[in-house]
Amino acid sequence: MKNKTALLFLIIALSALLLGVFFGLFASLQYIIPDFLKELVPFNKMRPFHVTTVISWIVLCATGSIYFFITKEEGFKLFSYRLFKTHFILFVLTGIGIYVSFLTGKMEGREYLAYTPILTIPIVIGWILFGINYFKTLSKNIKNWPVYYWMWGTGIVFMIYHLCEAHFWMIPSFRSHFIKDISVQWKSYGSFVGSWNMLVYGIAIYLMSKIKKDSTLAYGKTVFFFYFLGLTNLMFGWAHHTYIIPTQPWIRYVAYAISMTEWVVLAHIIYSWIKTLSNEDKKKYCMVYKFLRAADFWVFLNIILALLFSIPVINFFTHGTHITVAHSMGTTIGINTTILLAAVFFIVQKSLPNYKIDTLFIKRSYKAFNVSLFFFFCALLVAGVKKSNWMYFTKEVHFSEMQDSLYYVYIAFFVFGLSLVFSIISLATVLLKALLKAVK
Amino acid sequence: MKTRTTKYNVLVILLLLMTFIIYNISVYTGNPYKQPVKLSETALQGQLLWQKNNCWSCHQIYGLGGYLGPDLTNIYSNPNKGAGYIKAFLNSGVKSMPKFDFSESQKEAVVSYLKHIDSTGFYPNFEAKFKPNGWVELKYKDEK
Ligand code: HEC
Ligand code: HEM
Repeated sequence: MKNKTALLFLIIALSALLLGVFFGLFASLQYIIPDFLKELVPFNKMRPFHVTTVISWIVLCATGSIYFFITKEEGFKLFSYRLFKTHFILFVLTGIGIYVSFLTGKMEGREYLAYTPILTIPIVIGWILFGINYFKTLSKNIKNWPVYYWMWGTGIVFMIYHLCEAHFWMIPSFRSHFIKDISVQWKSYGSFVGSWNMLVYGIAIYLMSKIKKDSTLAYGKTVFFFYFLGLTNLMFGWAHHTYIIPTQPWIRYVAYAISMTEWVVLAHIIYSWIKTLSNEDKKKYCMVYKFLRAADFWVFLNIILALLFSIPVINFFTHGTHITVAHSMGTTIGINTTILLAAVFFIVQKSLPNYKIDTLFIKRSYKAFNVSLFFFFCALLVAGVKKSNWMYFTKEVHFSEMQDSLYYVYIAFFVFGLSLVFSIISLATVLLKALLKAVK
Repeated sequence: MKTRTTKYNVLVILLLLMTFIIYNISVYTGNPYKQPVKLSETALQGQLLWQKNNCWSCHQIYGLGGYLGPDLTNIYSNPNKGAGYIKAFLNSGVKSMPKFDFSESQKEAVVSYLKHIDSTGFYPNFEAKFKPNGWVELKYKDEK
């Protein structure tokens, strides 16, 4: 192996994961002891630190994995290794820039992208370099694209677009129209998540087709149907984040109609899950398989929740509560993180075929991960239900009384968060060790 | 060169993209609300303070934001709260909310921002109507 840049991407990604969950833990601590550490680790710093860092984990790990798959696994000659390295260095420098901007308090960006907005420019340039390298490499090497190549390409293009869209507020005439501004802001975030999902779900399909050695999985009519359905949702489904904002009703109608098409996905998942249960090609890629199975379970759980609150009447009550957080962390941890961990296991196995991983330890951590996440998810749901009840069915109860009544729920949130952090540390350090060995 | 499936896929994507472009143009240029409320200069300054101090990480507007603190969409017109109340909170900071050393004009700017937000609509939208098909008809601010 000559070029190690793909593995370096993964090393940085896993480090971001480790760092990011600690910020999350500090943020959740504020719910239990609001005065404690208020100066040192204020929530308004910890939350953006947490969210930006864990999003970086997802995006960097997806990027590194895709680079690895096309160059090492498929053996394509990359269009330009220099662009590849530039992309990496640019992202590392921007990452440093983001923390400098956080530490110096220059955080005038908005939710999820709170760093100083100038830093978006190198990020967008990095994505453009990735896009050039990706399309140039693939168009030279392959005629009939399997679905995951389409998904990755789509993810890259829409990532660029929606990163820009998320900064339309910088145009003064735009941000002075409050309702339009806030709708477009949340439109961009919805599609931004849709874009990285294209990358991550593409990776899941790639892994499945490699493990099963069954390429029909990536060429069939059904997978393409789902790809286009996902793309339609990415483009038009965002408004269920904003049902409650007084925009034009037609925008919300379109979102409602489109979100409901995802029921088809649910039906399909159950169907194929039952069908593949007896399948026996899991031995060789034991950990990869396990994590993909876990992702399947989390997709199932999260899609039920998401579909329910895409119905405006239900959304009316769940919006603005921790049920939303249950959805966002449930999907980013349960689905994205598990698929990406599966990808890293696959990559480690490919880069170091004789490397011995302590399987028992990993299996235990895997269990701890899923069990903690389940209760973590439930704690958030309970907190959400209680707040919704407070908003709509109680009168004269002060906000702080409602928060105080949730004390034990927040303790559960913290405790399960802590055990989740432990399990993530166990998994990530094993993988980090292996990757460090591989780049030596 | 290209296979038939590839051509077919490109066609579907182009169709989707065209719809996406038309859709985006109407979202960006259309009036999103019956009577769009424009933020004044002062309110825009308040908005910047809101972002610089990450008020959004603890507070929600229309339920969007972080969840440690309460939603502030209609705090301005709340009969028990309003401008003075908002300023008092900025001065003192309560529980996990930090104290902000704002000048009087900065406090005015934040209040003005919240006032403009308040005039755009309701959250929670207590008078919304539920329809049998799952739809929610929001109550808009300028309706009687
Ligand atoms: C670290 C979290 C945090 C940050 C940052 C924060 N707040 Fe708060 N804020 C709170 C909490 C928690 C409460 C509720 C306190 C209570 O009632 O016990 C609150 C209450 C308020 C209230 C009173 C709300 C009511 O209905 O009683 C206002 C107004 C307010 N904050 C404005 C702001 C503004 C403006 C900013 C930014 C300049 C800001 N806050 C930043 C946490 C925060
Ligand atoms: C891989 C791991 C994790 C990922 C990908 C992740 C992702 C996220 C995301 C996307 C949000 C934004 C939620 C929203 O705006 O709706 C969020 C918020 C949050 N996360 Fe995590 N998270 C992870 C682990 C953790 C852990 C272990 C904790 C510790 C308890 C934690 C605590 C929090 C808290 C407190 C918030 C803020 C919620 C609020 O505003 O009240 N997270 N996280």
